[in-house]
Amino acid sequence: SCPLSTRCCALSSAAPAMNCRAEVLEVSVEGRQVEEAMLAVLHTILLHRSTGKFHYKKEGTYSIGTVGTQDVDCDFIDFAYVRVSSEELDRALRKAVGEFKDALRGSGSDGMGQISLEFYQKKKSRWPFSDECILWELWTIKVNVVNLANEQERQICREKVGEKLCEKIINIVEVMNRHEYLPKMPTQSEVDNVFDTSLKDVQPYLYKISYQITDSLGTSVTTTMRRLIKDTLAL
Amino acid sequence: AMDTDLSSQDRKDLDKFIKFFALKTVQVIVQARLGEKICTRSSSSPTGSDWFNLAIKDIPEVTHEAKKALAGQLPAVGRSMCVEISLKTSEGDSMELEIWCLEMNEKCDKEIKVSYTVYNRLSLLLKSLLAITRVTPAYRLSRKQGHEYVILYRIYFGEVQLSGLGEGFQTVRVGTVGTPVGTITLSCAYRINLAFMSTRQFERTPPIMGIIIDHFVDRPYPSSSPMHPCNYRAVEDNGAVYPSVEDSQEVCTTSFSTSPPSQCVFTVTKAHFQTPPPVVTDTLKVPVMGLAFSHQLSSSRLSYQPAALGVGSADMGYPVLFAGGLNAAHPHQLIGPGKEGGVPPVPSQPAHGTQADQERMCTPLDGVHYSAATPSSSEDTETVSNSSEGKCGSPHDLSETIFIRKVGAFVNKPINQVTMANLDIPFAMFAPKNVELEDNDPMVNPPESPETESPLQGSLHSEGSSGSSTGNTHDDFVMIDFKPAFSKDDILPMDLGTFYREFQNPPQLSSLSIDIGAQSMAEDLDSLPEKLAVHEKNVKEFDAFVETLQ
Repeated sequence: SCPLSTRCCALSSAAPAMNCRAEVLEVSVEGRQVEEAMLAVLHTILLHRSTGKFHYKKEGTYSIGTVGTQDVDCDFIDFAYVRVSSEELDRALRKAVGEFKDALRGSGSDGMGQISLEFYQKKKSRWPFSDECILWELWTIKVNVVNLANEQERQICREKVGEKLCEKIINIVEVMNRHEYLPKMPTQSEVDNVFDTSLKDVQPYLYKISYQITDSLGTSVTTTMRRLIKDTLAL
Repeated sequence: AMDTDLSSQDRKDLDKFIKFFALKTVQVIVQARLGEKICTRSSSSPTGSDWFNLAIKDIPEVTHEAKKALAGQLPAVGRSMCVEISLKTSEGDSMELEIWCLEMNEKCDKEIKVSYTVYNRLSLLLKSLLAITRVTPAYRLSRKQGHEYVILYRIYFGEVQLSGLGEGFQTVRVGTVGTPVGTITLSCAYRINLAFMSTRQFERTPPIMGIIIDHFVDRPYPSSSPMHPCNYRAVEDNGAVYPSVEDSQEVCTTSFSTSPPSQCVFTVTKAHFQTPPPVVTDTLKVPVMGLAFSHQLSSSRLSYQPAALGVGSADMGYPVLFAGGLNAAHPHQLIGPGKEGGVPPVPSQPAHGTQADQERMCTPLDGVHYSAATPSSSEDTETVSNSSEGKCGSPHDLSETIFIRKVGAFVNKPINQVTMANLDIPFAMFAPKNVELEDNDPMVNPPESPETESPLQGSLHSEGSSGSSTGNTHDDFVMIDFKPAFSKDDILPMDLGTFYREFQNPPQLSSLSIDIGAQSMAEDLDSLPEKLAVHEKNVKEFDAFVETLQ
């Protein structure tokens, strides 16, 4: 059925001054479960990493809008999760996850890949240097797609993956509860360096989603991971 | 002067935060056990009433109960606020499922900023609570409540009592927030020993009356606070309509400052309302449909006789034996063989009347009958979900047959006709002769059936599903000595769609069950040497990569 393993570790960042923490989650799912499993994890993380919209007033004070939430039931997994009530955010995540799923299905893939969700801050640099993106939290979700032979295995997988996702949610909440580094609340002029203010109803921290598909030799992971870290750290 | 003690304003704010945090915690937990999907809207303009910047509705009765339990106190060392979630069957047996504990310990964080950091961390903790309430076993149980059992809550304040959870209960920590007066911790202890006796044993031995199964024990402590159903519809409009939370008049207008702490502005204004504006008291709308409706609701509750419901401490009904195994991961197999079949008699008085302040038994209206997958009729069937965003709330149709106690969603048969034990299983001829009953289980159904009993799936298809297909495909053919699985027959006169719905989620066929786990584990182990070889081959590349990161 589904060989499932989990590993959640905190790695020290490449440049210690940045307080970047990295968490890794692993799931094994059936092909049709990929989207829902990814959305469940990403939405749970973003639930914790989104605030209401800021409204700045005079004297540097600001008020915060209200974040609504809603339950989402999965079709292919015995699982339900809570997400932020924001269609824009949901669309953005679905788009990224859809691309990831398509890439996983594509040729050259043996069904292994990973999605990365990075939270970063922008640090304006003086000319001629370009703005830096400083990564402060990196979530990596490793996915292993399994093929199942019959209905009975699928039924077991529905339940098992549901149980595993419950564990992932608990893992995520544990990390969130550590109350480790979060960017300082920005002034009005700085808010776009910390938060994504483009959505109309909620305000997540600035984030980026990328993904890599591994081939069976694992080499593409190496090259793309290197590129990912280098680009975002702007080293 | 450097004053490291909490300023009086900060202290007042902190107490207020803790108080409202406790109230919101209770709301989140109880709402997560209503059996319905919750949906609230985001609002970019602060309304000034949403504590912790989260849209969490306030069910008035729940707030009332929480305040009653707290009695003006706040969680402190040794004085924890506990929300106990339990399950009560139609037979009257009950079982504690979870205890959510909001506790305070002595570890103080003097440096932390109350009006800013503590507030935001409490908000984060509530988000974590929203997430965690969906991943404990009771969530799935509560989504399926209504037929054979309901989910109840009880709030108490004082010492945490975990003994009712059975052996080996698990704990999950939701989170902690340090404050200058102590550290707030929120956690959940939940029962994992949900094993009920299965049908198989029930069939082989006569019903054991009078023997108490271990978890159905009398409460060691007479409950100081009564149990409540998680979902309460105040049917009587002149009855116990709870006053809106009096401190809802204390609007939480939060203003944060990015300036240095000395200029931190945090205002909590007291707004005086004559009548609370809707935005402040987001109360659960009560479906008021007149007396006829309230009568209907009472009869539907007859599955859970008022007399059988204890006040506070659980009455000892007969031990409950459930068809199908039940464990934490498979709560959907819970089917109770009824002691009486058929339509429950209409009560002589409304069930709710006798329970005004005690055990309010209200299953969600759509929990009583998952049959109609039709869109919600109007706003007077509104549930806690209150958003036009997406598909929120379960669809239900109040005019559907509420009177009949249902086993399957679409079956109008008395329950004793359809317990699995009585069935002539279609594949019986293929099973070994000296068969245990569990080998006769019907086959697994494909999971994507749109017409499903499970509300988890039902709520996703609120537009209704296509009609059930008929099973008459073989009528035109001459069948010789063959009993096709799905054709209409005289033993189980039902069509294919009903059949599917009936037998959704049955236990596995033991004849088909092979040790899948062992097989694939073996495969994994076999492939390991190969993978290791590949990695060894690439070790130079990995080293080079690591070099570039130095």
